[in-house]
This record gives sequence, C-alpha cells and structure tokens, in this order.
Amino acid sequence: MSETIVSIRNVTKSFPGGVKAVDNVSFDIAQNEFFALLGPSGCGKTTLLRMISGLETPTAGQIVIGGEDMALTPPNKRPTNMVFQSYAVFPHMTVADNVAYGLKVTGVPRDETKRRVAEALEMVKLTALADRKPDQMSGGQRQRVALARALVKRPKVLLLDEPLSALDAKLRDEMRLELTRLQENVGITFIIVTHDQDEALSMASRIAVMDRGAVRQIATPSELYEHPSSRFVADFIGKVNLIEAQVISNTAGALVCEVKGLGRLELPTASPAAGTIAIAVRPEKLKIGTSEPLAANVIKTRGKVRDVAYYGDTSHVVVAVDNGPDLSVNVQNESRLGGAGVERGQEVWLHWSPNDTLVLTE
Amino acid sequence: MAGQLKLGQGPLDYGNRLWLKLLFAAIIFVLYVPIITLIAFSFNTDRRGIVWRGFTFDNYVKAWNNASLQEALINSLMIAFIATIIATILGALTALLLWRFRFPGKGAYEGFMALPIVIPEICMGVSLLLFFINTGMMDLSVKLIWPFNLLNIIIAHVAFCFPFVAVVVRSRLVGFNRQLEEASKDLGASEWQTFWSIIVPFMMPGLIAGALLAFTLSLDDFVITFFTSGPETVTFPVKVYSLVRRGVSPEINAASTVLIVVTVIATILAMKLQAPAKTEKS
Amino acid sequence: MWFMSFGEKAVIDGEISITEIDITGTLANYARSFDPLYLTIMWKSIWISALATALCLATAYPIAFGICFAPAKWKPYLLLLIILPFWINLLIRTYALIAVFRTQGYLNLSLGWIGLGPFDMLYNNGAVIFGLVYVYMPFMVLPLYATIERLDKSFLEASLDLGASQFTTFLKVTVPLTMPGIISGILLVFIPCLGSFLTPDLLGGANAIMIGNVIERQFKAANDWPFGSALSFLLMYATFGALALRSLFARRSKGVDI
Repeated sequence: MSETIVSIRNVTKSFPGGVKAVDNVSFDIAQNEFFALLGPSGCGKTTLLRMISGLETPTAGQIVIGGEDMALTPPNKRPTNMVFQSYAVFPHMTVADNVAYGLKVTGVPRDETKRRVAEALEMVKLTALADRKPDQMSGGQRQRVALARALVKRPKVLLLDEPLSALDAKLRDEMRLELTRLQENVGITFIIVTHDQDEALSMASRIAVMDRGAVRQIATPSELYEHPSSRFVADFIGKVNLIEAQVISNTAGALVCEVKGLGRLELPTASPAAGTIAIAVRPEKLKIGTSEPLAANVIKTRGKVRDVAYYGDTSHVVVAVDNGPDLSVNVQNESRLGGAGVERGQEVWLHWSPNDTLVLTE
Repeated sequence: MAGQLKLGQGPLDYGNRLWLKLLFAAIIFVLYVPIITLIAFSFNTDRRGIVWRGFTFDNYVKAWNNASLQEALINSLMIAFIATIIATILGALTALLLWRFRFPGKGAYEGFMALPIVIPEICMGVSLLLFFINTGMMDLSVKLIWPFNLLNIIIAHVAFCFPFVAVVVRSRLVGFNRQLEEASKDLGASEWQTFWSIIVPFMMPGLIAGALLAFTLSLDDFVITFFTSGPETVTFPVKVYSLVRRGVSPEINAASTVLIVVTVIATILAMKLQAPAKTEKS
Repeated sequence: MWFMSFGEKAVIDGEISITEIDITGTLANYARSFDPLYLTIMWKSIWISALATALCLATAYPIAFGICFAPAKWKPYLLLLIILPFWINLLIRTYALIAVFRTQGYLNLSLGWIGLGPFDMLYNNGAVIFGLVYVYMPFMVLPLYATIERLDKSFLEASLDLGASQFTTFLKVTVPLTMPGIISGILLVFIPCLGSFLTPDLLGGANAIMIGNVIERQFKAANDWPFGSALSFLLMYATFGALALRSLFARRSKGVDI
C-alpha cells in the first residue's frame, strides 16, 4: 500500500453528558484511496469525518494529516475540504462565486482563480450555469457545485458527508459512477460517510464499518461481504442467515458443531471457536430443490416454504427448517416461466457448501 | 495565524467562547441593574432615595394612600379591563375574518390592520386626538360622569390593542387542522355548533394570550393616553409621568414596582399559554 | 362586524381628519416644517435615531448570536431574560435610568466612592441615545435571533472549511445571510426611535429635543395643531418610506424574510 495520508490515532470524542460518539478509534488511510465510513445512524461516522475536517475536535487522540497532527487545527488551516450533506452552497452567490470563494478568501491571484474556477466547472459540467444562483438549480446540480467548490481548492483529502442521500434513486446511481470517475481522474483521497451499504460497496476501495463509536472492521468491499469478522458486520452488510450453534469439537481447522434442526455440521475454519457461536450463510449461497440433493460434501436440510416474495430478477424465499431456524434463500428467476419454482407450503430441500459458511464468534 | 482550537471544542462552539459570555453578562447587567435598583429602593426608608437606610413598606403605604395615585390606578385598571374585552372580541373577529374568508382587497386590509403596530405611537396618538376633536367626542366625554368620561381613552386603547390581539389569535388559527371542522360537520353539527364547540375552544389559548397582551399594553400605554385624555382624566402612567417630571421619589419606586410585577406576571402567563400552540404547529 | 368597522374607522377617520386640516392650511404647515429650526431638529432626530440603532445592532448581534449557539435547554430562558424588560413600562424603565444617571444618582454615588465625579450624565444627547438603546434593544434581538436561528450552520462550516477565517466568514457569509433580520431589526428600532418622545423628554430635557417633542409641544403647549399634524404626518411618511425600503430588500433576498 502507498503512503499514509490520514492517520487516526486513539481518537475519542465525548459530548457533554458523557455520550461517547467516537471511542478510541485508530486506523490509517492511504494516499489515493476511496475510503468509506459505513454504519447505522448515530454510530459516530459523521463525527469522525467532522473531526478530520476540523469542524469538531476530539476530546483525546491525534489526527495526523499529511504527517502533521492536526487534531486542534482550525478547519480553515487544514488541507481537507468537505462536501456537506445539505451541500451548503451559499445562496447569496452565483455558482462561479461559490466555486471561487475558497480561492478568494485565501488570497489566490485573480487570474489563477478565474482559470481554476473554469476548470472546476468544466470538470463537473456546469460551465453553462456559472452565473446562476443556487435557488434556480436542482439538487443534483447543487451537489456538483459543492464538489467543484471543494475540489478547486486541490485538497489532500476530500471529505463527503452522505453526498448522495438527498438525491433521488436514479440520480444517485449516476452520481455514484461519476464520483468514482472523478476520484480516479483527480487522484485525491476521498473519504465518504454513508449509511447506505450499496453506496459504500460500489464506490469505495476500502470500508470501515462503525458501530456505537467503534470501528468493527476495515476491509475491501468483497472481503467485508464474504468474510465479515462479526455478527454485526455480517448482518449490516447485505442479507444473511445467522444461525446459533454449539461447538462440539474444534481441531486443526475442522470445526464440528451442533445446530438445532440441522444436526451436526463440519465446517472448515481457522477460528479457535468454542462454546456458543453463530454460523452465517448468505441467502444467494443457498440452493433450493424439490428432491434430495445428490451432491456430496454439502450441508442439506428439509423444510417447508413459508413465504415467497417476488422481486423481478430474484425471488426471496423463506424456508422453515423442520424443528429448526427459518432460512432465507435468494433464487434467480432465470426463466420467464415459474418464477422461483416453489410455492408457499411446499416441502423443499435446501443445500449449501460448507465453504460458504462463516463461523462468527463475535 | 489563528489560534488552535481547544480540546473537544469545535470552531462554531460560540456558546463556549468566554468573550461572548462576558459580553452577554455585561449586557444583561446593564439591562437589569436600573430596574432592580428601582425595585430595591422602593423598600428604602431614606426620603431622598439614594442611600440605603433600612427596609420598609412605608413607601407602598404612602403610595396607596395618595388619593390622586389611587384614582389614577383605578382609572387605568378600568380602562384596561374594558378595552381588553372589546379589543379581544374585535381582534378575534378580525383574525377569523382574515383566516376564513377571501375578499377583494384582503391584502390591503391586512396591511391596514398592521398599521397601528408599525407607525410611531405619537402619530397614532395625534391621529386619535384629531379624530375625537373632529367628532366632538372630546367635549362629550368630558361632560360625562365616571366611568363614561374614560370613553375616548378606551376607544383609543381598543384601536391600538386589537391589531395585536388579531395577530396573536391568527397565528394560533394557522395551526388549526381544517379537517377537524369537516369532521364536526360530517358528524352532523351545524355551522354555528361547529364554531362554538370546535373553533372557539381551539382559539382559546390564543384568545387568552391576546387578552393578556392587550391588558398589559393598555395598562402600560403612556403616549397615546397622554394625547387623548382630557385634562380631568388621569391614568396611572400619566400620573407617574407628572411625578417623574418633578423628580425622583421612593413613592414612585413603589408604584412602579407594583406595575412591574403586574405586567411581568401577565407576560409570563401569556407566554406560557402561547407556547403549546407553537409546539403543536411544528 | 359593526364593532370592527368602528375600530377601523377610528384609525381611518383620524387620518382623514388630519388631511382635511392640512388642505385648509394649503400646505403652509408643511412648508413651515422645512424651516431651518425644525430641519435641524429633524436632522438631529434622524442621526440620534441612526446612532442608537447602530449601537443596538452592535450589541444585539452578539447577543442573538450567543443565544443561538447556547445549549438548547438554555435558549428560551436567555431569550426571556432579554425580552422581559421590554414588557416593563417604557416610562418606568426611563425613570429607572434617571435614578441611576442623575447627578445625585446611584452611578455617581458609586463613582464617588472611588473618588470620581460627580458627572452630569443626564440631559444631553448621549443620555438620550443610551436611553433609546436601553429601551429598544429587545426589538433588535428578536428578529436577529429568528434569522440566525434559522440560518443553516453548515454555511458557516463550509466557509471555514474552504479556508476563510472566522472574521471573513462572518463578513462574507453570516452577515449577508442574516441581512433580512438585520433590516427588520433596524426598522423595528429606527422607527420608534424617530417617533420617540418620552425618552428625549425625560432624559434629554431641553438640550436634546427630537421631533416627537416638537409634535407634543404643538399639541400641548403651543396649541398649534395643524402644524403638529403636519409634523406627525411627515414622521408617518418617513415610516412608510422605511417600510417600503424594507419590502424592496425583502423582495431582493426572497426566501429568508421574517
């Protein structure tokens, strides 16, 4: 990995009244990363972002940006710029004035300002609207202004606070692609805060999942999805069947556990799990059939279809395992006929590979 | 270079800035010190009222026994009482009218209603005085016996109080859910029954707040009364004014303190009553 | 409904009757009000009011700002603390000021203890200006508070984030965005200041006469009613002019009107 640009070291932020928004968090962000802070609302991700920008200060810890501890540096002295959730595009200035603002107030020469503003507007395709006032623009356009205004400053780090949450679904998809493209073009580190896992998974190169002020896992999107380190992460990212299990034995990478309704399972794992654990399997890894699967080395069980929800491309089927848990299965609707191929009340067989089964102790 | 931030304190935490706190404290101090000294020295035994000589209620007793002060106070209360009732009804009707109906020139009418609120009091006083003279009411009221000789002051007070009542009641009515009215009619109530059983109870906090406001405004008013009162009728503020012109005395302190207490209580009551209406709206 | 038309009539008629007298006076009274003597007083009234308004703004802005950034549970109480004196009778508050500032007043007494004074602090322009600021400050705080409270704080954050200092942010973002409140406040203070008669009468005495005192004198002592009406109507026109200006501003910066 390349050089570290932002380093969060033992950062804690507690508010008056004792609430700890961020609790002893440490991690590094490398140059040129598209880094996402992901978590449910109130997990401290926005507070952390605001501390990087200088709009809030930690109660303890260091925030090192470009090799310098800036935990107490005012926001106007930091090499970071932010795209606000509400965009905060100044309503009393035109688009061009908005973009020029950050350069003017820091004394950049007039002709250079002019040139850079034109470039930035070009980059976000707003050249034609340079003289408009923000109240004559759509949400998507205002967002572009906010982006141009921040990028024109050529920050070392661009911070984005829920940048897509105020846009409608279609525009959001467009902006997602555009943000990724922009990040590749400008070569600036992006740190994005979002509660939307799809956003984080599709855009970010690395994701930190936060919960109640703590970072639960930092990993690439696919690693996060396929190898979550905890129940919280597994549950928060995508859909998952979480099943409680009792460890019978755990020797040399082979874990034997007992699951109610499924009997004894043998799972490959390196985890030194013991006692009560959770096993997790994603709904799309489960296969559904009307007859007993013939494949060897699979986990299989019988159950009754309790519910079928049709989503067009897929159907979500819930199967109640005899004397066991309810399991969700995603079925691709491959043919125009038949949909999921099962109906409510039908007796079915489920099977999946032990390799697709995760052992979670946390 | 700007200073560093403090640990755990953002750049916009102005609430924690010492200079702002100090300034705030200083302004509050300046705002309250004269009033507090005024109240405190109403309990002073010293005749000249400067040096503190001991606690007493004498000034209150003296003020109370002062016949002209007493008469002025009774006049003021009488005026405030009658003017409040009329202004409240008038204000409520105006508010209903503006809230309920559309009619040509509504905007102009609304602007006109707000006039007494925005124009300088002295202009209002002068206008009313001229009105009373031209209609001969000034001469008429002088001839009448108490309390009818207060008639023109009462009319003047109604004229400047009721727009305030209208504003308060109207802001209350804005929060009214029209569906309640429709539900009432749907359940078989007539227009009149709906008005009394649905709209009036809803308006009530606004009415009371408006009435209290009118009462304090009327009780407090000096300028308009000063212009519209005849030579014979004296209200409390007018009396205090003539006393103040002659100099400072602990008796005025005592009389003023009474008025301060009454208005502060009325104001706090009015605010309490208005508060729930606001939370319902948001 | 009859009552209402009556109440309205009281106001309308009042105005009409003034105009009638003015017509019979063939504008001579208006002409008289442009006499140098009254022009000086008019001019003085305007600058005293303007100065008082400016001082109000200078003190009220930080106060309103402070209240907006205070902890939420404190806000209503702080606001009440500012507004409460405004409900106390104008006359009584002015009287309280006299008691503090007069030559044998509390302030001079306190200054005497540290070996200063006594100073004559009453009956000059300064006393009138102080009195006006003291009396009308809450009028300034309220509209300012309302606009600052509604101001999205992320505008200020964005400005800081883009490299502007606190001072630049205040000048280039906070002030322009709270302009409607500033204008409302200025009008709410300036108009009553211009028409005030009690404060200059009691605090200014014969040395600081404002237009309100002249009007009062025409009606009470000099008994020159048409001239008094002409003056008070000029005052009213000034008020309307100010209000028209305000609505012009409001239209220009639409959306954030009080």
